[in-house]
Amino acid sequence: MIEVGLNHFLVVSTLLFSMGIYAIVTRKNAIMVLMGVELILNSANINFIAFTRFGNFGLQGHLIALFVIVLAAAEAAIALAIVLNIYKTLSTVNIDEVDSLKD
Amino acid sequence: MNVYDFIFYLFAAITVLSAFFVVTNRNIVYSAFFLLFTFFGVAGIYVLLGADFVAIVQLIVYVGGILILLLFGVMLTNKITNVEIKTGTINIYPAVIGVGLLSGALLAALITSTWKTFPTEAPLPTTAALGTMLLQEYALVFELLGIILLIALIGAASIARREA
Repeated sequence: MIEVGLNHFLVVSTLLFSMGIYAIVTRKNAIMVLMGVELILNSANINFIAFTRFGNFGLQGHLIALFVIVLAAAEAAIALAIVLNIYKTLSTVNIDEVDSLKD
Repeated sequence: MNVYDFIFYLFAAITVLSAFFVVTNRNIVYSAFFLLFTFFGVAGIYVLLGADFVAIVQLIVYVGGILILLLFGVMLTNKITNVEIKTGTINIYPAVIGVGLLSGALLAALITSTWKTFPTEAPLPTTAALGTMLLQEYALVFELLGIILLIALIGAASIARREA
């Protein structure tokens, strides 16, 4: 088995990214779609940190990863507020049933 | 195979397997709990890459914040009396084909390309350097992030509490 290097981390992040896309495409529940988005953000963060480790860029990659985490928190809060509002209005969070712009 | 490699494969297996269960499990509460293991595995990978501060932030913000928020979302948008909280799926076969092609293309691209890597030194503590960068070169971004978080807080509260 070859020594763990940059490619190993990139493979892990690619797999996470693919599964995030899969969750976004296939799941009906809006909260599962949010979980897929979080998986994709995590895979992007792994890439940033891996390239920081194996490249010669200083610590900018770590900072961008921190910014991504902060934005993910803000995004999750807003999206869950919207999902709660949808549930209050339509009594469902299945995104294939939420297809009316105005009642 | 030294200890570093063994720990990497352990964390990679935890991350990828639990992410797989997240996206395939039909019970949304199980999915949320498998997401916990995914976030822990990603934090372990950050530690292996020498990013101690980011790993701690990942644990605090993702596991302690976002995951709890998602669980609240699950609990508030389902009938709690219904023990089995199922979630339906659509477009399984096109999604499997498309995601398979996408990940295959990405994996082929990154394995066949030769990355210009530099020899890695022993990881140093990053917290002090990150703090200095945040308050000197990146002070504007730091303040903007604070304002974004404030806006998100007010916006989320006002959206969620709006009287229908």
